[in-house]
Amino acid sequence: MKPSPEEIDVSIEALKSGDRAAFARLVEQTSTAVYRVALRILGNEQDAEDVLQETFIKALQSLPQFEGRSSVKTWLYRIAVNEALMLVRKRRPDAVSIEEPDPNDDPMEGESLEIVDWCCLPEHELLTSESRKALDRAVQRLPQNLKVVFLLRDQEEFSIKDTAQMLNLTEAVVKTRLLRARLKLRQELSHYFGEKVNPSTQQEDQSHV
Amino acid sequence: MSDKGHCCHLLKEISDYIDGELPAEICADLEKHLQECNNCRIVVNSMRKTIELYQDSAAVDTLPADVKKRLFYRLNLESYLLIPGEKKE
Repeated sequence: MKPSPEEIDVSIEALKSGDRAAFARLVEQTSTAVYRVALRILGNEQDAEDVLQETFIKALQSLPQFEGRSSVKTWLYRIAVNEALMLVRKRRPDAVSIEEPDPNDDPMEGESLEIVDWCCLPEHELLTSESRKALDRAVQRLPQNLKVVFLLRDQEEFSIKDTAQMLNLTEAVVKTRLLRARLKLRQELSHYFGEKVNPSTQQEDQSHV
Repeated sequence: MSDKGHCCHLLKEISDYIDGELPAEICADLEKHLQECNNCRIVVNSMRKTIELYQDSAAVDTLPADVKKRLFYRLNLESYLLIPGEKKE
């Protein structure tokens, strides 16, 4: 089951009129996703909780200025991602802003490709708690500028256009960073599962381009 | 992968290919190449599988009940708080 990309079932008019029940429904419907994104960006439960709370406080404060040019969901995630990235910068002042151009925005530069056909492994070997942890660690290790794009696009299933809008990036840069994030994660998983694939097969298939 | 340059050029397109967003002509070229190149096929399939596994893994994430409770209290929304297994006060 994928995280649901469902639209939020709360009207902008109700939120803007100060309807508390409507705001509570918004929190109910979106808090898990906001926490999930914050936790993955920050890698720390306490920080993720702080971002979760700040996101809804900021949302409440900025509702009067919300003009409805984007969906409520995009607007809310934008606040959440900004809050999370502000905390990242506070924790690590030397961190590069994700809006900075990255020389590695040239996609294939420096990427190696491990060729292991692990898709043939049975499902119960693919999705174990150990493999989940390996995948989570791989996501945590992604450079922040790639990680945020990956989380919004592949975890939360926003379009390239919405992801670009939320991060103040061009769609071309979002696509490039998404490709690099996916290549890196694929590479790490190939390495992880490579040890589980029949060693003789692995020897035969493994090569680099 | 006999022709490295050719493969790398096509691999730049695999994200768009996986997302179904490649222009028809490039998509046809890539699919033709995938029929001939086992290694590229493995890269495409394993990238697709990586995304699927991650999505399956992220879907089981839940908001801890105590975190949710503190959030609703912080927002003065405690009267709307519904936690499975707990009755509304």
